[in-house]
Amino acid sequence: MANFSTNEFKNGLKLMIDGEPCNILDNETVKPGKGQAFNRIKIRKLISGKVIEKTYKSGESVEGADVMETDLAYLYNDGEFWHFMNNDTFEQIGADEKAVGDNVKWLKEGDLCVITLWNGSPIIVTPPNFVELEVTETDPGLKGDTAGTGGKPATLNTGAVVRVPLFIQIGEIVKVDTRTGEYVSRASK
Amino acid sequence: MSWQPSASIENLKIRAKTLTTIRNFFAQRNVLEVDTQAMSSATVTDLHLVSFTTEFMSAGANASSSNTLYLQTSPEYAMKRLLAAGSGCIYQICKAFRNEESGRYHNPEFTILEWYRLGYDHFDLMAEVSMLMEELFSCKPAEQKTYQHAFIDHVGLDPLQCTLQDLKQAVLDHKLNADWAQCENNLDTLLQYLFVELVETNIGQTVPCMIYNFPASQASLAKISATDGRVAERFELYFKGLELANGFHELTDADEQRQRFKDDNNLRVANHLMAKPIDQHLISALESGLPACSGVALGIDRLLMLAVQANNIDEVIAFPVNRA
Repeated sequence: MANFSTNEFKNGLKLMIDGEPCNILDNETVKPGKGQAFNRIKIRKLISGKVIEKTYKSGESVEGADVMETDLAYLYNDGEFWHFMNNDTFEQIGADEKAVGDNVKWLKEGDLCVITLWNGSPIIVTPPNFVELEVTETDPGLKGDTAGTGGKPATLNTGAVVRVPLFIQIGEIVKVDTRTGEYVSRASK
Repeated sequence: MSWQPSASIENLKIRAKTLTTIRNFFAQRNVLEVDTQAMSSATVTDLHLVSFTTEFMSAGANASSSNTLYLQTSPEYAMKRLLAAGSGCIYQICKAFRNEESGRYHNPEFTILEWYRLGYDHFDLMAEVSMLMEELFSCKPAEQKTYQHAFIDHVGLDPLQCTLQDLKQAVLDHKLNADWAQCENNLDTLLQYLFVELVETNIGQTVPCMIYNFPASQASLAKISATDGRVAERFELYFKGLELANGFHELTDADEQRQRFKDDNNLRVANHLMAKPIDQHLISALESGLPACSGVALGIDRLLMLAVQANNIDEVIAFPVNRA
């Protein structure tokens, strides 16, 4: 993989830092009027998820990370791996528990997820921003309540638990924002 | 749309008003406005300044018979020539150019306010810079701290006594993420790094802060203190995390100035950079006699960033380099 000099640093560039692929979130030039220039970058370590700051002397170079993102459809879980497929080439790839992480609760068959690959292996699985899932368990709630005062917990068919308005019943499909874990609306079947 | 200015028209009006306030400030004090050349046959020798060059040709000349001219990184040398020629106190508002400087706080072409006061030492000039700040920001007078005290307060080390190893240890102790620091051999680079990370971010948060008496190794064009040879009579102004101005009790000794330029060039060569032509006009002016004076350069764009609480210098410049 090519090296990148500090003058090529920009948001979104993927670098190998401390043996881990990282994504630049922010890059700032710091230069005293009469002194050495520095690049202060904020990075997300893609495997641990940690966000840290790091400073380089301007002119230094850092090894790039072979990281790419691809849209793949979720197929099934075999107990060990979560399998995804490229809908154009029908190629399949398995992501392990570490890559799927907490997002397992949003994975619905057929949904297109963003899979981040490092050296060809999945390291992050990002579900769509919005998913539509079926309510499998929730208290019956009061009839006629439409004000949505506080709501009630509902378990969805993927195992996720979200707060929904009182009028939502078992068997209904709801739309959820996966970034916040919040109920958005009723979805038409 | 990139044909449009990145600064709002409202900010450009504040810019115009600020320039008027500054001109009135100097008019009231009988400081003469001057207008010197932006292109010169010589340039600065600073290790960390990169000047733009252009080629001057007379009619019909070709590339091989052209003369290289340098765009000024500040109007300092030309203004000192005027001082030596008897101009009296002067100020200038002009464009300065520094290559390899762009970002949230830098545009390679920027506006500088520079002024010189005869008979002032750096304390007198710091007081006047403070008055200008008070007029522009309705703030309290600037606080003053020596470089040494500020460094001890925020880094926990005496910058005038410490070794390379002490500085590297400070980088580790403060949990700063900078791998290069452990193999750095330049004391000033480590001092500058610790200063920007730990001092600059913590001083001048409510009132402007003057840091003065920089280490002699960072004297630039300032006099070395007569009472403490470890420091130079140089100051910088910081306000709300921004470095705004740099001033000197000016070096007037031609021989010492020539030697500093040579030392700079040796340092450049040691760092695999080209030596720069020394400005002989400036040396001649010093030989003829530069009156005792202090001078300061202040970044107008950054001043405006504070005035309008901008996040990025582009918000106060009509057409920054990415739209130029």
